[in-house]
Amino acid sequence: MAKKASRPGRRLIVFALLIAALYGGVAIGGVWKPKLGLDLQGGTRITLEASTATGDAITPEKLAEARDIIDQRVNGQGVAEAEVAVQGSRNIVVEIPGKTRKDLVDSVKQTAQLRFRLVAAMAPGRPSQQPSASPSPSASGASGSPSAKASGTGEKATAPSTAPSASPKGRAISGGLLAADQKKKNKGATATPAPSAAPSALPSAAPSANAPSQKGAPVDQPLQWMDNPGEEWLKKFAAFTCPEPGKPVPPVVDRKDQPLVTCDSAGMKYLLSASVIEGTQLTRAEAGIPQNEFTWVVDLSFNSEGRTTFADVTRQIANATSPLTGQQKQFAIVLDGTVISAPVVDQPIPNGQAVIRGDFSQTEAQTLANSLKYGALPLTFTVPVVSEEGPTLAADQLSAGLWAGAIGLLLVIIYCLFYYRGLGLVVVASLAVAGVITYGVVLAMSQAVNFTLTLPGIAGLIVGVGITADSFIVYFERIRDEMRDGKSMRVAVESGWVRARNTCLAADTVSLLAAVVLYIFAIGVVKGFAFALGISTVIDLAVFFMFTKPMVTWLARFPFFNTGHKMSGLSPEAIGIDRISGGRRPSVAGGKA
Amino acid sequence: MSKMSRLGQQLYDGSVSIDFVGRRVLWYSISAVIIAIALAGLLFKGLNLGIEFEGGTEYRVSMPSGQANQQNVEKIRDAVASSGIDAASSPVVNTSGDTNIRVQTEPLTNDQAAQLEQVIRETAGVKADDLSEQAIGATWGQQVADRALLGLGVFLVLVVLFIWAYFREWKMSVGGLVALFHDVIITVGVYALSGFEVTPATVTGVLTILGFSLYDTVVVFDKVRENTHNLARTRKTYREAANLAINQTLVRSINTSIVALLPVGALLYVGVFTLGSGALKDLALALFVGMAAGLYSSIFIATPLVVQLKEREPGVRAGDARAIRHHNAKQADRFADVPAFTEDMPVYDEPGSGARTAAPRGGVEPQVDDAEPAPPARPVRAPRSTAGERPASRAVSPSASAKRAQPQRKPRSQRGKR
Repeated sequence: MAKKASRPGRRLIVFALLIAALYGGVAIGGVWKPKLGLDLQGGTRITLEASTATGDAITPEKLAEARDIIDQRVNGQGVAEAEVAVQGSRNIVVEIPGKTRKDLVDSVKQTAQLRFRLVAAMAPGRPSQQPSASPSPSASGASGSPSAKASGTGEKATAPSTAPSASPKGRAISGGLLAADQKKKNKGATATPAPSAAPSALPSAAPSANAPSQKGAPVDQPLQWMDNPGEEWLKKFAAFTCPEPGKPVPPVVDRKDQPLVTCDSAGMKYLLSASVIEGTQLTRAEAGIPQNEFTWVVDLSFNSEGRTTFADVTRQIANATSPLTGQQKQFAIVLDGTVISAPVVDQPIPNGQAVIRGDFSQTEAQTLANSLKYGALPLTFTVPVVSEEGPTLAADQLSAGLWAGAIGLLLVIIYCLFYYRGLGLVVVASLAVAGVITYGVVLAMSQAVNFTLTLPGIAGLIVGVGITADSFIVYFERIRDEMRDGKSMRVAVESGWVRARNTCLAADTVSLLAAVVLYIFAIGVVKGFAFALGISTVIDLAVFFMFTKPMVTWLARFPFFNTGHKMSGLSPEAIGIDRISGGRRPSVAGGKA
Repeated sequence: MSKMSRLGQQLYDGSVSIDFVGRRVLWYSISAVIIAIALAGLLFKGLNLGIEFEGGTEYRVSMPSGQANQQNVEKIRDAVASSGIDAASSPVVNTSGDTNIRVQTEPLTNDQAAQLEQVIRETAGVKADDLSEQAIGATWGQQVADRALLGLGVFLVLVVLFIWAYFREWKMSVGGLVALFHDVIITVGVYALSGFEVTPATVTGVLTILGFSLYDTVVVFDKVRENTHNLARTRKTYREAANLAINQTLVRSINTSIVALLPVGALLYVGVFTLGSGALKDLALALFVGMAAGLYSSIFIATPLVVQLKEREPGVRAGDARAIRHHNAKQADRFADVPAFTEDMPVYDEPGSGARTAAPRGGVEPQVDDAEPAPPARPVRAPRSTAGERPASRAVSPSASAKRAQPQRKPRSQRGKR
């Protein structure tokens, strides 16, 4: 007999070591329960689909960037362990386990929109500011009221600072905005801008600003409007309050052709003009340290259209003072309705190359640059599916799925024992080993690649049981066929193996092909199913090669099997022949031949 | 059990043989009828597209056992209909399983959805944990289906290439593909006829069938290839060899199907009776039907089709003609295989001892019935060569147990003949 095959023990030991290694790896992670999908533990899943309506190509890079900002948004709202993942070529899936959170849907699906708006007025947006419907919240008003709890704005808020100073998170600080070629350190953050320093005359329509008319300037002319917003908007501004620092900013409707009242993360509230520059006109935003400097800045570049507008706007607001508030004019960069930066302009910027300065740390600068970049993303999203799974229902489904698995497995075992008798034990043992490995792999996968077990995933594993059992059936039937050809069991085990192995490899390849293709191309529930199916197919092969075959080879040494005991499943009767060759003859022959 | 085992043996050596290939017209007709019914169902009844394909909001309420009754359904329907939300004015409310109630409405805005959730919770008297909500845009199912179709296309191309490469035979790819479409059409037809909902989970199930159907076909084809590998030696026509292959794998096919269908059946049962709705049910039905169809098609459709295609090849034709000539020659001298009696002849020959005789198994004399000319003395099954063994030349024939070719003496009547 083939020497190679006569050492089943070695393979079994290697296999046992592999399993031990698998569980050793899992033990390092120390997590003994697989991650459950939302359909099994309850929670909210929001699927976002990038809209092609804008005509922009949806690239994986853009999707990844969008994923990051959504991640920031969700997790920034104090939701622990929300998963945000790109799925397929157009989808981003947000999964928030635990209690269902409908309130997140709106904030998540909000498109990342970046806009440059002009600041008509700003004030600490805390409730301590008595909501007096003062039509003109002047700068003095803002500075006059102590910042009280507005810890975020700090001492600088008491001065009518032109720049909302360091937020506690250090996010979106603006020191000022300078022409790229200007090396002078901007001191824009200091107050008392000289009104006289405005060289370029204000638009002639503006001068009446100190006494805002009822109507205000037309909304579609932001430069005029910022000097004269009209009573209606000033009232809205006055009535507006920002939430506590750290609390999510309530979603505001951010329409580009309408003025906006909103906050920054430091708790300052702003009255902003209609959008002057869209994020899509921004071509580049990068954080870096310019030569000969030591502080982080953010570089901006605009496309040609944006450059023209930007030059025009900066020319008119550079070093100009707002007639409304007496502060230096500034504009605000608004991302998703929240002011992320409100820089003043030192001088006109004609070439579209701008630098935002401030006391940025590296992270702050990069965050701002990222936000600017994200905002410039043209990807807009629709929300095709929001599903919220109640924890009770989820638990029901988990137990139902497990029951189905248990029942199915039991039936398979019963059938195999009934039909294959002794060999059925090999099936049972192999399935048990496959089960142990599957659990280990699922654990390892959930640690390594964040695999979560979903209901379709469980279904995939259960279907995998069928595929796994099929390998044994192919093999056992082969052994019987070989024995029908007159081979002894020990020979049949080896010669049958060669053919059965090839058959199983071919068939499993098809199965695996299906799983991989499904995994790559499919989305939604299909994906989890395909993954589980793929895992169980691979495990099937491993068990078949490393466990079942050595096991059968080993068992073939026992007379119980190789003489065709009645209960071995390989008796002459079971195979349908008269006598097993190779084994001992029935006792009548007398003695061992 | 022993009868079944005996049948396995008889199927294996060809003494009991179901003519799968020969009666292909019958199988084709049966399939054609089934497919026609499936298509008719698809055409006239149409698929019951789930909410994923039409858009809408679905609530599932987990009720205490037994509370998911018609009475509560009515209550919830009335409450939802009178909630004052236009899109929810004609809700679909039904029980699913005995612990769930399902409410479906047209697409709602977030605020409306929250409002309705409140209404349902109060009416049903359940906690927030017991309520699931799914708001689905009309494009979602379409997107899933589109992606699935794309995956399907890629898979088909890959699998055609794989089968071609593995079997070195594009005709087997064709056979596999035809069987595949056969299965998918039947499965989809069953969905149309049964009125089960088509959801993304159904799409998953149908896609899985692809893999499974081909898996089964590959196993059968593998045996076909093995049997037709050396037709010149076994002196069989291609058709006979292929048919024998199906018969030989029949027991495996049946066992495999039972083993694969048992867990899926459990899934289906749990999905239908315990959960009542959802991914498990949709998936399991597709799998169940598809697997059964896959078993049928690999035996009754794929292989006969391959034989049909192969029989057109000149080489195969020539081989078949040779086999038939041989067959006829044998039939002319039908006692050729019966050993001449000698004094020391054993009662029966040792199987595998290399003697090329038609020694009856089980002590039954070969039935040579002159009145019935059709079955000649059962052709001796050539011992199968173990993989790696070289097929022997004509003078000696291989013996599996000796592991090498043994010289042997032919019966007198056969000497000098070929």
